[in-house]
Amino acid sequence: MSTPTRIRSGAMAFSEVPVIPCNDECLLRAGNTNCGGCGMSIGLTMLGRALAEAEDTCTLAIPACCGAVTAGAFPTTSYGVPTVCTTFAASPAVASGLAAIRDINGESGQVICWAGDGGTYDIGLATLSAAAERNENLIYICYDNEIYGNTGGQRSSATPHGARTTTTPGGKEERKKDILAIMAAHGIPYAATLSIAHPEDFRRKLLTAFGMSGMRFLLIHSPCPTGWKSEPADSVALVRMAVASGLFPLVEIFDGERYRVNVEPDFTDPAEYFARQRRFHDDEVDLEATRRTCRARHERLRFLAESFPA
Amino acid sequence: MPVEVVTGNHAAGYALSVAGEANRTARGAACGIYPITPQTEIVERIAAFPFTKGRVVAVESEHSAMGVSMGASLAGARAFTASSSNGLAYMVENIMTAGFYRLPIVMVAVNRTLGPPWNIWADQSDTLMLRDFPWIQLYCSDNQEVTDTTLLAFRLAEDHRVLLPVLVCMDAFIVSHTQGETDLPEQADVDRYLPDLDLPHRLTHDDPRTLGGLIWPDVTTSLRLETHEAMGRVPAVFEECRSAFQDVFGRDPGGMMDTLEVEDAEEILIASATVATTAAEVVKRARAEGRKVGLVKMRMFRPFPEEALRRACASARRVGVLDRDYAAGLGGVWWQDVRAAFQGHRDDVVIQDYLVGIGGGDVTPGLIEDVLEDLRGRERAGPPVWTGIATEKEVMV
Ligand SMILES: Cc1ncc(C[n+]2csc(CCOP(=O)(O)OP(=O)(O)O)c2C)c(N)n1
Ligand code: SF4
Ligand SMILES: [Mg+2]
Repeated sequence: MSTPTRIRSGAMAFSEVPVIPCNDECLLRAGNTNCGGCGMSIGLTMLGRALAEAEDTCTLAIPACCGAVTAGAFPTTSYGVPTVCTTFAASPAVASGLAAIRDINGESGQVICWAGDGGTYDIGLATLSAAAERNENLIYICYDNEIYGNTGGQRSSATPHGARTTTTPGGKEERKKDILAIMAAHGIPYAATLSIAHPEDFRRKLLTAFGMSGMRFLLIHSPCPTGWKSEPADSVALVRMAVASGLFPLVEIFDGERYRVNVEPDFTDPAEYFARQRRFHDDEVDLEATRRTCRARHERLRFLAESFPA
Repeated sequence: MPVEVVTGNHAAGYALSVAGEANRTARGAACGIYPITPQTEIVERIAAFPFTKGRVVAVESEHSAMGVSMGASLAGARAFTASSSNGLAYMVENIMTAGFYRLPIVMVAVNRTLGPPWNIWADQSDTLMLRDFPWIQLYCSDNQEVTDTTLLAFRLAEDHRVLLPVLVCMDAFIVSHTQGETDLPEQADVDRYLPDLDLPHRLTHDDPRTLGGLIWPDVTTSLRLETHEAMGRVPAVFEECRSAFQDVFGRDPGGMMDTLEVEDAEEILIASATVATTAAEVVKRARAEGRKVGLVKMRMFRPFPEEALRRACASARRVGVLDRDYAAGLGGVWWQDVRAAFQGHRDDVVIQDYLVGIGGGDVTPGLIEDVLEDLRGRERAGPPVWTGIATEKEVMV
């Protein structure tokens, strides 16, 4: 189905805008400006497919991040759903307002925040925490590329230890913040990690989230060839290695208290993961410590999943 | 209509709530709320209001309060909030965004000194710092004005010729915490006055658009120009809203500015909010003594009603601007705009700035008499005149 649709920004009075044919079912339209190999593009495409499968739709609230740039320049937009680009820290608040009015009008459709790690782990954390504490009826998706991509690659609190960014030229000394634990600690109905290298798991988690109400938090490990200094073609392979090695565990946490581990890591040596990204330098990464951390983290998650099963 | 003895905050909380309730026949109402002295009673009243179709979200910051209100407005609901001083400063990014999105949000602001050091008393520097954003700004001097101006603000903001957010301001404590007889309109009359909100650019699935994405310089310029033109339409639409208000509620909510004895006045004071109330008493007394003085009480600051101001001051040889605010390195903010309004039109007027009541200092009739006395003796304007400064001993260094 490809009915011609008027693609335009929300600004008023710009009635004379080009009519560009598009496929109405697309969440992310062709012609967007994302870099090749961008995990966000794959994530948005999978989100669109899952919505179509669930015969659902969504309104997007996107803070300042690469995802806002994805929309492209007025009067065109790459998003096939109603979208508001918010200020950097505000997307969970704006989404709370959107969701409240949807609900009091008895309307359907998800309200989804699509935000980067900077908007999630850093500047928007208070806003996000408050929305979670209020158990707002929305889905918050963080595509975590572990860097401020939009501003040219600075550190965030999601940047892993050792990674070079423009503001950590000698490799980051601090470790990555555990945002999943923070969000789960709010006792929200659903918190889960997703990997574009595990599309079936990815799809199932989206469908699970669509079927619930209240605050749902999804964290996508999102390769960023530009920031990771990796080959675009390697993107999916890299995040698959991250899951296999235990660097990025795939888990679900229900109500902050019941756990499920979705993919059992085989503890592939993370050495190759690091070697294939030029943001990491041998002398700035402690491989041995990383291996230990991966195993310890997995043991803890296993213990939680066995003791408090979902 | 019920006349009650209430505070300015009570009046504001009531007016915001009944305005929101009036949209129950459309997409409802919602707001984000966050407390700050001396505004807190407003949000407490909103939180306690039994909305038929509405949601009040008690958030974690002013930034989010405006965020929630923007989301609700984008979804087509009537949205509002209230804040003050540092709360407004913290909210700034989203205040300007609400204007850029052209959302008809109404915010009541209680004018309080910015800090630290902390001072909770009246000072307009907090809302005046928002002067360059796409917001209409209205200043009130008593509880009735707060009530009426707040209701009028929704009608003005939501008019399709305007579609701009509105700030309704009142002085800390002098109005916010002072009880007075106030006619609080019945819901049924508010329902008649405020039509269902129809936001033309609300987010819908029928016509999916992206609001707030990227734009090029020429389109940016066009959007700024559209805002400018909408601002230009405000005075006329304001007058329409004012007469509709009279039809429904049977009283005049006041104009963009009110004048007192200006017709043949040689010296005219320009003031706003409660300073203007005191100035009116002084002007009446001076008139009784036969002095040709007048007063322009400004209600609208943005858009700045230049033309009306020039007309009101047609006979003036000297104009004294009373600023309860201070723009660093400049002087009074109102003064700057008054000077700009005259510039190129009349160069024969002395326009002198008086900084009065900064940080909530008392602006007494005696002080304003001194101001008039000083003004009368001037053949040309000088730098801003500071009043109410502490003696050396009192100033901590
Ligand atoms: C208040 C504010 N501070 C800073 C910026 C500049 N800024 C825009 S996007 C961005 C980084 C975004 O990083 P992230 O959220 O990880 O998204 P990504 O760009 O990686 O997709 C920054 C710092 C801004 N837009 N607003
Ligand atoms: S910088 Fe990274 S996240 Fe941003 S579009 Fe490019 S690949 Fe994607
Ligand atoms: Mg990022």
